[in-house]
Amino acid sequence: MHIVVCIKQVPDSAQIRVHPVTNTIMRQGVPTIINPYDLFALEEAMRLRDKFGGEVTVLTMGPPSAEDSLRKALTYGADRAVLLTDRFFAGSDTLATSFALATAITKIGETYGVPDLVFTGKQTIDGDTAQVGPGIAKRLGLIQVTYVAKVADFDPAARTITLERRAEGGTQVLKSKLPCLVAMLEATNEIRRGSMENALRAARAEVVKWSAKDAGVQDMSKCGLKGSPTIVKRVFAPSARAEKAKFIEAPEGGNLADALIAEVFARQPNLEADLTALARGF
Amino acid sequence: MIDEKFDAIVVGAGMAGNAAAYTMAKRGLKVLQLERGEYSGSKNVQGAILYADMMEKIIPDFREDAPLERHLIEQRFWMMTDNSHTGLQYRSDEFNEESPNRYTIIRAQFDKWFSSKVREAGALVVCETTVTELVQDAYGKVIGVKTDRGGGQIHADVVVLAEGVTGLLGTRAGLRKIPKPTEVALAVKEMHFLPQEVIEQRFNLKGNEGVVIEAAGTISKGMTGMGFIYTNRECISVGLGCLVSDFQSTGVSPYQLLEKFKSHPSVAPLLEGSEVKEYAAHLIPEGGYKAIPQLYGDGWVVVGDAAQLNNAIHREGSNLAMTSGRIAAEAVFQVKSRKDPMTAQNLSLYKKMLDDSFIMKDLKKYKDMPKLLHIQSQNFFLTYPQLVNKAMENYLRVDGTPKKEKQKLTMKSFVSARSWAGLFGDAFRLARAWR
Ligand SMILES: Cc1cc2nc3c(=O)[nH]c(=O)nc-3n(C[C@H](O)[C@H](O)[C@H](O)COP(=O)(O)OP(=O)(O)OC[C@H]3O[C@@H](n4cnc5c(N)ncnc54)[C@H](O)[C@@H]3O)c2cc1C
Ligand SMILES: Cc1cc2nc3c(=O)[nH]c(=O)nc-3n(C[C@H](O)[C@H](O)[C@H](O)COP(=O)(O)OP(=O)(O)OC[C@H]3O[C@@H](n4cnc5c(N)ncnc54)[C@H](O)[C@@H]3O)c2cc1C
Repeated sequence: MHIVVCIKQVPDSAQIRVHPVTNTIMRQGVPTIINPYDLFALEEAMRLRDKFGGEVTVLTMGPPSAEDSLRKALTYGADRAVLLTDRFFAGSDTLATSFALATAITKIGETYGVPDLVFTGKQTIDGDTAQVGPGIAKRLGLIQVTYVAKVADFDPAARTITLERRAEGGTQVLKSKLPCLVAMLEATNEIRRGSMENALRAARAEVVKWSAKDAGVQDMSKCGLKGSPTIVKRVFAPSARAEKAKFIEAPEGGNLADALIAEVFARQPNLEADLTALARGF
Repeated sequence: MIDEKFDAIVVGAGMAGNAAAYTMAKRGLKVLQLERGEYSGSKNVQGAILYADMMEKIIPDFREDAPLERHLIEQRFWMMTDNSHTGLQYRSDEFNEESPNRYTIIRAQFDKWFSSKVREAGALVVCETTVTELVQDAYGKVIGVKTDRGGGQIHADVVVLAEGVTGLLGTRAGLRKIPKPTEVALAVKEMHFLPQEVIEQRFNLKGNEGVVIEAAGTISKGMTGMGFIYTNRECISVGLGCLVSDFQSTGVSPYQLLEKFKSHPSVAPLLEGSEVKEYAAHLIPEGGYKAIPQLYGDGWVVVGDAAQLNNAIHREGSNLAMTSGRIAAEAVFQVKSRKDPMTAQNLSLYKKMLDDSFIMKDLKKYKDMPKLLHIQSQNFFLTYPQLVNKAMENYLRVDGTPKKEKQKLTMKSFVSARSWAGLFGDAFRLARAWR
């Protein structure tokens, strides 16, 4: 079995700041991480591989520095890493990104075996569109299942996969034929800690680097800025909502903690009753 | 267990570990370097001044692509009271030389660069991996390490311990003792961001010129410690450290001291309007020569802060770290090329080479200094700064008191604070420790 997992290197959103004067997002110097959703996808893919055999290839499109993310994925236990990097890809929107990735997946199929499954994250934490997974599926003519929280079952003989898909009001259990594309939600799994062998292998591994041409792109006008009809007019930070905080001072001769608790209880009468009951219980 | 065996495993990717791994890999040894941080530099705290001479001995053309902030053209020493300072300032255009001697750096960036050179030299660098234990054979010889990753032990002929000041691995394996609270300082540091032009204007700099301020006095509330202010390109590092034993006995917290230092009338204007982006704390080995543990044994050597190699008087640490790393690597290489085993006896070559270097000579020179400053901390960090600043004020204030009277007053203030015997004693002890 061959599984391709698409991962994206994103800025650690916990550490992004907005420039106080220009109101633009400051990306410079912000540490990068693997998009968190993609880690759930990678773990789920590796679990399938561990159980049923085969290989996991991780794929990313990004600047040369995205190699760090791929090496990390190898440390977790992926078998192979492909970096799609070319200045022609710069400025890609979701249409151009899914075009480039779909082309590369086709090439990966030709080079290392046609994938039975393609995993993506539901969305990224920087672009946030959730369009790339579906875009790839459409271009490759794959069945797509989005919002997946768990792989429930896999039948290699019948070539089917059963997935739990979170939907409004409940969970759908869906069975799909292979090949298909799965876009993972935050899942029930947790990315494993790679073994020492994997860490050594990852430190040594050659990451496969493909330019647009290497990946088999023929129509360059579908790549990068040229191939991107989306135009970003402005990025800005919404103004902070002004909900006035209440300033509580210790009453004359009293105690600040008591005053604070009295204020909380005044707003949440149930809380007082619950806590009192709880305290009696002890 | 991992089948593969390495010539050397280096624990830690700070200055010492990188120097050792680089030097051994360059010489063709098969080297594995393990670092617990996300990348080399992610865990490292320093002021930070880089001493070019020692770096050149490892990577001669480092200036070409290493991330350097500013080269230093000026040094200020401040003796501080709560609202004044008496300073000594040295600035020279000679320092604007083609290959400057000292630079400010940001370790997170510098170490990352250094680590890329280690990789290029051919060492295998694995980060996010903590070495949890040294593996010893029945005779106590170190034969490898265990990590927090699954998959068991990795073996090597020699393990280079470059794990920094706390040295937990060495301690756990019984190779050394935990440093005493009197032998380590706790330093806290903040990075204050300001536009480049503002820094250059406030410190009277142009281009990549930089300034260092080192300060001692009442800022440490009588404890043995010092403050520092270093200019980087777009930020200023401000920090302060005191002996852990002093923090213990006074109960003062480091951040309180730092706040006080930052709000000092001599410091505050330099930082005004800055944005703090980073707060860090780290230990510094300050026990000097007498605190240096056993440096080698069967299958292991220890380098850098882990070996307590730090010259607190001159605030040098990283250069001793990288030099000890390089020397250890050279010793290992010599033993290896003679096809000799990595026994304690053969590795004693490292200690011998270290004794011949500036490291041991400098540390030996100041061997009595740490104790003197510690025992007399009240005098050196409270009394004298106050007396000196008072003397300066007396000297400068024009108020009709005859000059002779003023000198007498100044002299009297010294004697009544410390007595003649105390003054001579201090001068004598200081001179002897400095000799
Ligand atoms: C408002 C806005 C402005 C933007 N401006 C710019 C710009 O100026 N310049 C610019 O270059 N980009 C820009 N982008 C980014 C670009 O449009 C997207 O990052 C890119 O097309 C992927 O979309 P996404 O991040 O929303 O991914 P999603 O569709 O949310 O991602 C879903 C999944 O697809 C996979 N995936 C997505 N991207 C990659 C990838 N590169 N490699 C491998 N797998 C991937 C991952 O598995 C991911 O979990 C902008 C995006 C937005 C929303
Ligand atoms: C505030 C401050 C200012 C300073 N200013 C200066 C200065 O201006 N000039 C100067 O020369 N020196 C200065 N020093 C001293 C200097 O920082 C140190 O001497 C130097 O960093 C020592 O290098 P090292 O490689 O021995 O240790 P470190 O740089 O501490 O590196 C040790 C490395 O080992 C890793 N490690 C530890 N344990 C393990 C483990 N079990 N497994 C894997 N990895 C592990 C750590 O993550 C770390 O990366 C300063 C120090 C401080 C704290």
